[in-house]
Amino acid sequence: MRFFFFHLMPYAALDPDYDQTHKSAWVTLPNSYYDPEIGADLYNRYLDELEYAAELGFEGIGVNEHHQNAYGLMPCPNVFAGMLARRIPKQTKIAILGRALPVLSNPLSVAEEFAVLDNVTRGRIITGFVRGIGAEYHSLAVNPTESHARFHEAHDLIVQAWTRDGPFAFEGKYYNFPYVNLWPRVYQKPHPPIWIPSQGSSETIAFAAHPDRRYVYLQTATPAAMLFRYMQAYRDEATRMGYQASPDQLGWSVKIHVGETDEIARREAKPHVEAFANKFLRMPQEMLLPPGYTSVASMKRIQEAKKTITGGARTMEQMIEQGTFICGSPQTVIDQLADYQRKGGFNIVMAGLHYGTLPAELTRKNMELFAREVMPALANATAPASIAAAADGRAAAAAE
Amino acid sequence: MMPARSGRISNVSDTTDITIAGCRTLLRRAGSGAPLLYLHAEHGGGWPPLLQHLAQRFDVIAPDLPGFGGTETPDWLDNIHDLALFTLELLEALDLRHVALVGSALGGWVAAEAALRDRTRLSRLALLNPMGIQVKGLNAADPFLATPEETVAANFHNAPQPTDEADLDTQLKNRHAYARMAWAPRLHDPHLAKWLHRLRLPTLILSGAEDRVVPAANGAAFAAAIPGARHVVLPACAHLAELDAPQAVLAALDPFLTEPTP
Repeated sequence: MRFFFFHLMPYAALDPDYDQTHKSAWVTLPNSYYDPEIGADLYNRYLDELEYAAELGFEGIGVNEHHQNAYGLMPCPNVFAGMLARRIPKQTKIAILGRALPVLSNPLSVAEEFAVLDNVTRGRIITGFVRGIGAEYHSLAVNPTESHARFHEAHDLIVQAWTRDGPFAFEGKYYNFPYVNLWPRVYQKPHPPIWIPSQGSSETIAFAAHPDRRYVYLQTATPAAMLFRYMQAYRDEATRMGYQASPDQLGWSVKIHVGETDEIARREAKPHVEAFANKFLRMPQEMLLPPGYTSVASMKRIQEAKKTITGGARTMEQMIEQGTFICGSPQTVIDQLADYQRKGGFNIVMAGLHYGTLPAELTRKNMELFAREVMPALANATAPASIAAAADGRAAAAAE
Repeated sequence: MMPARSGRISNVSDTTDITIAGCRTLLRRAGSGAPLLYLHAEHGGGWPPLLQHLAQRFDVIAPDLPGFGGTETPDWLDNIHDLALFTLELLEALDLRHVALVGSALGGWVAAEAALRDRTRLSRLALLNPMGIQVKGLNAADPFLATPEETVAANFHNAPQPTDEADLDTQLKNRHAYARMAWAPRLHDPHLAKWLHRLRLPTLILSGAEDRVVPAANGAAFAAAIPGARHVVLPACAHLAELDAPQAVLAALDPFLTEPTP
């Protein structure tokens, strides 16, 4: 198993009673709730935590992109990657997961920024591309019905900018450049790794698994049962396309809390992980799912089910039960991760060891216990070969 | 008293399919007299009581616009200009002349864009709470962040009613087309207002005094930009005027539609 440390950088000082007067911590929550003095402290603390993760021996550290909300204060993830690039040990990777391509005005500038980071770090960056959260189509006034088309076109532009000799013309519908000619060129060959974080759309899984791409698929915010299904969908798609997916093509992004005992871990985590779920993630459906962000078929399923990832208050116990949160003693966490790996067949764990309002001391303690007790115990754990074989069997059966 | 609800009442309009620019288009048509082309609002097409009444004196033609209701969503549907050119192509395909073009909300925006491009087949233009131009600082309601309850409140002042009796598939389809046309720039085309002075057609703009999506001040600015256009504000009328205050709309429309063209 390979371990990365992931930070969302929420505005942890958010007044928890904001929801008595506002619908969401996104889009329209007045920014008078943000205090720059407190924010400055939080930013520096969070950057310290990312640097500390590198010292503790994680393979890499991860940042991401969100806009105009209290949930994640990184509108410009490459700025954060830049601040970290020269302060962490030379072997630590930086995963930027990922740039929200459709909501950005110029994807060529994304290609440039990544190329700069790739050069400065001598090839230690992992890039990621996402479509952004539905709310971000409100916040950045980008048409959500163009989301998929813009994502694919921006992706093609960036990969071509990285791999083709310039100058060349890119003639797309949304992005049209007479001269694509990247200075600097990328450092890694053929280009920096691309990871695709997703909540599990079948279209995205097929896109990532395609043999021309073989991008690492990173499952986010998902109950364990769904996780296993999506991982299997990726393997099945690979098999269908004529190759066997490696466990290193599959990752899970999950919030984790380690304490000395199960009881201590749960006591420490409870208020902070519930704040994450019920305060920071809170969003009405109109905000979360603008038209076109998902297919009409998925929208219909969701409307009929009347439930979303933000629906209703959730308790820590429910999250543990569902597998969206792993919490307990080192041995409990080791056993859980090993079990999930056996069933999911992934090798990469993007560990969210800070979440919601978790204070600095508890974050450090969580990180230390995880790095010292959990990571070594699972360093050599691998996904069972039987999972890949099972995928072969199913595909063969399907082909008959 | 007219029934307040819209509906697809098959015995009052003939429903046919016609292919326009490769797009299979659902067309409702009833009545006789001079042609009147009605472009529906963003909640989708139908045969509301207003059209029933207009059909007593006009040959009323009401398509479901591309992307909406019973009409296909063609690959070429990217923005409001596609709907404007579709409208002109429809007028040609049906060989309609001296047409009164009436549009509500999003349909009013389409009507104005179409008339600006080619008015040779048009006799007059009536727009109900038309989208299409932005008056800065109005602080209008955002239809894309509104909850279903807030949407009903913005659309109706009198009898709150569902904006669409259609099934969930059609509602989602309409909402998708609406967002595709009007998400950004929000409910307007920044290049429309500067050419409205070229709209040399008798024009009536109706605004609902209670419309929070397209406030009456927006209608006033729309009318002010068109030489000779009249602006009438209907009290006790919200955004979907044809459903919310059909009698008041008819009372304002009727003399305008029947007065002799200059």
